[in-house]
Amino acid sequence: MSEAGASMAADPRDAALAEENGRGRHPAASGPRTPPEPRPGDPEVTPELVAAHGLSEDEYRLVLDLVGRAPTYTELGLFSALWSEHCGYKNSKPLLRTLPTEAPWVLQGPGENAGVIDIGDGIAAAFKIESHNHPSAIEPYEGAATGVGGILRDVFTMGARPVALLDALRFGPLESARVRYLFEGVVRGIGDYGNCVGVPNIGGEVHFDEAYEGNPLVNAMAIGLMKAEHLIRGEAAGPGNPIIAVGARTGRDGIHGATFASEELSEEAERSRPQVQVGDPFTEKLLLEASLELIRSGHIVGIQDMGAAGLASSSTEMAARSGTGVDIDVSRVPVREPGMTPYEILLSESQERMLVVALAGHEDEVRAILERWELEAAVIGRVTDDGLYRVREGERVVAELPGEALVHGCPTYTREGVESEEVRRARSWTPADPSSRTLSRERAEAALLRLLGHPTIASKAWVYRQFDSTVRTNTALEPGGDAGVIRVRGTRRALAATTDCNGGYCWLRPRTGAMIAVAEAARNLACVGARPRAVTNNLNFGNPTRPEIYFQMSEAVAGMAEACRVFETPVVSGNVSLYNESPRGAVHPTPVIGMVGVLEDVAHLVRSAFQAPGDRLVLLGVSRDELGGSLHVRLEGEGLVGEPPAVDLAGERALQEALLALAREGLVRSAHDCSEGGLAVCLAESAVADREAPLGVDVELPAGVPDDAALFGETQGRAVVSCRAPACARVLEVAEAYGVPAAEIGSVGAAGRFVLGAPGGRALVDLPIGEVADAWHEAIPRIMAGG
Amino acid sequence: MPVAIVTFPGSNCDYDCYKALRDVLGVDAGFVWHRETSVGDADAVILPGGFSYGDHLRAGAIARFSPVMDAVAEFAGSGGLVLGICNGFQILCEAGLLPGALVRNDTRRFRGETVRVRVENATSPFTHAYERGQVLRLPIAHGEGGYLADEATLDELETQGRVAFRYVDAAGRATPEANPNGSARGIAGVLGAGGNVLGLMPHPERAVEELLGSTDGIGLFRSLVLSLAAAA
Repeated sequence: MSEAGASMAADPRDAALAEENGRGRHPAASGPRTPPEPRPGDPEVTPELVAAHGLSEDEYRLVLDLVGRAPTYTELGLFSALWSEHCGYKNSKPLLRTLPTEAPWVLQGPGENAGVIDIGDGIAAAFKIESHNHPSAIEPYEGAATGVGGILRDVFTMGARPVALLDALRFGPLESARVRYLFEGVVRGIGDYGNCVGVPNIGGEVHFDEAYEGNPLVNAMAIGLMKAEHLIRGEAAGPGNPIIAVGARTGRDGIHGATFASEELSEEAERSRPQVQVGDPFTEKLLLEASLELIRSGHIVGIQDMGAAGLASSSTEMAARSGTGVDIDVSRVPVREPGMTPYEILLSESQERMLVVALAGHEDEVRAILERWELEAAVIGRVTDDGLYRVREGERVVAELPGEALVHGCPTYTREGVESEEVRRARSWTPADPSSRTLSRERAEAALLRLLGHPTIASKAWVYRQFDSTVRTNTALEPGGDAGVIRVRGTRRALAATTDCNGGYCWLRPRTGAMIAVAEAARNLACVGARPRAVTNNLNFGNPTRPEIYFQMSEAVAGMAEACRVFETPVVSGNVSLYNESPRGAVHPTPVIGMVGVLEDVAHLVRSAFQAPGDRLVLLGVSRDELGGSLHVRLEGEGLVGEPPAVDLAGERALQEALLALAREGLVRSAHDCSEGGLAVCLAESAVADREAPLGVDVELPAGVPDDAALFGETQGRAVVSCRAPACARVLEVAEAYGVPAAEIGSVGAAGRFVLGAPGGRALVDLPIGEVADAWHEAIPRIMAGG
Repeated sequence: MPVAIVTFPGSNCDYDCYKALRDVLGVDAGFVWHRETSVGDADAVILPGGFSYGDHLRAGAIARFSPVMDAVAEFAGSGGLVLGICNGFQILCEAGLLPGALVRNDTRRFRGETVRVRVENATSPFTHAYERGQVLRLPIAHGEGGYLADEATLDELETQGRVAFRYVDAAGRATPEANPNGSARGIAGVLGAGGNVLGLMPHPERAVEELLGSTDGIGLFRSLVLSLAAAA
């Protein structure tokens, strides 16, 4: 194959570039030959322009030091994007370094497109969670859709076929028409994108709270599977290798999206609508198939999504990982409209684009694969050996920077955190004297129905029924349970995944809240019978330069690190989203935990729904008088107050082991963790999970705890399992063997009533099961239909 | 290759059909790329679900112009068995191989859930392994599944026994509540005039293993395979 034949776009200029590279005429490693001249038509780099690019004076001085001269406009744009919070992690990097990231089964930790773990039988799982909070606040449908698109690309660029999606969503209260608009749009956006690409949505969570009213959180998680040997990284290795832009053309959308994501949302944010990109899941599906084929073909050395900060970040990051340089000619990038400047082409965040580094001489093979999938591709440059990030526009060099400075030169900040007085005050609340907290049946029933009808607790079927959960025919457990489960074809194994975080607990005490997020995720996985294996995290916080926010961040990361160590679930990937603030203030600190676990045998899968009348109910763990931070107290009108539930990591670990043993032995017919709404809500959810055939419950609550805490307290480390009557003794024995307190609390009832009694026989709740089912199943549909 | 599964750009249930046929029924199957101009020596053709061409314009509206569709029409015209599932059903309607059209769900939302359908015709090559009146639990996953046709066509479908499946409730009644998408007369699947073309919105290939929550879809593939064996 001739060098000229290596061109993708049959552009005569390719020949010149190829020839130049063919002779090994890479620019000398000694530095720039001649500094780039200002490009005619580009604005002059003034202090105001620097400030408008989000660089502080100190940061700009550092740029001058690193570059040795004033940057061109194009170069300023590059620094602005790559040194933004979104790309540079400047306020979070020192904290993130404290997280555990290693285990024998970790094949790829943080720093790549996605984390990868070995799940046995030579199969690896790649996964990551990522936020699209700011775009979704402005343009919910496209913001959420492109969030799904981006996270899918992060997974398939590792060589893994996406097999599952999850979403962790937070909105303001649904009473607001604006919130309903955002909720509706986000759900539709997620659905339309994932459904079209054909990736089942298997779970996640949705919370509704005033704290997210002006700044919803939209975190999407994707999981992919591959043969371990197909793992590929985002590398630009091998000087002389061609750099190829693949997929959609580059337009003017999303320019400076990364910088936009690193600012607070303001009233003016609406004007930022052009910074929200538009997604095309059909092109994504073609990219997915073509990318996997390319990776398996052996013709390429690296591949990466052009995500945040587009071509600029993907090309610099790939080169930095390989210690190489790149030489890119932006005039070769296929564009959607004429007249785009180098600045725009480099920073565009147009969706469904990939950057591929192929083996020199394999361009024809690469092109053939892409053409089969009807995708456009163009050789836009070459890998060099000089470590420089060089951008040309035809003959003119418009940027020439040390690549290392762009990717790793970004300063990081360790700030001083101070806890806010408001939080201290809220936490000082204590419940009334225990003797005064006996509930009448009327009050207990009303409080239960109110909790079940709260959108945070109520069934999310309205959401996940808009998602395709069964495509790919591997879904063993659909959304609505403690975790989603997909079987791994060709093995007995299955993969389970969940996302969790209670932002209220994190606001009250971030360290405890983050530990609980990890513990709840692990508990959810153990309930379905899966051993927790690794974590991807999405750290959603406010403005880190505010001491009370930095306090939340540092405390939450510390709590997360400790819990992940105890559970042996290293953090292998993640995302940081800061500046989640609206004019009303910051969101609750919300370090979302996405956790993946493995069932050795899918036959051990345990569901959360009760199976048959007469089955015995066993409470694992103990209920304590803990009401702080509970939804019950909030709905009583007290607000988000009190000390959040205590967390005992060793006890949680023991509970996980006990649940896994029970699943392995096939002893339990259902398992469900106690979380928001406490034991009463946990029992109700298992009872009414099957809308068509809800089952009654007859339970006597544990002694020694006031009624309100016994019913609705959110003590951690608890789960309710059901078993056939003859198996009950063995269930209690297994729990004891793992040091987990356990008690038989009642049975699944035949009478069609939901009955919870206080010790001694006093009835606290005695409702027709239909009423309980209706409250939980119909709450969100009613609100959305009525709004 | 007894069963050819056509892959369009954007098909996403092609592999699921392949797995159902090969792993569950032990039937040989293969893929035919949409740019092919022949379905080869296939004994039956499946147009799988997905979003061919991203559902741009209308579901199935662009895929019907794929080169392979001429071959599919010719195959169907000569009596070959053609099964269209979900997007495949939409393509068959767009291509005129089945009457009627599929429009946006009356709920205005995508619906992904398990529904019940009643077998209305248990003598077709695709359904004879079922009993007439049998109620099946099958997953649906579509945004444009509302089946529409003019009254005369609907009457004709009914009288000729060409309504293959109808959405029903747990008791087997075709109620408005059991109709997930506003399909005329609750129609979930229709047969072509020759009885050798079937289109349906539910996904039988997703209901072939206990692990998936239902095995009610097996009967459709078994019918197909038995029909091929009988014809051989």
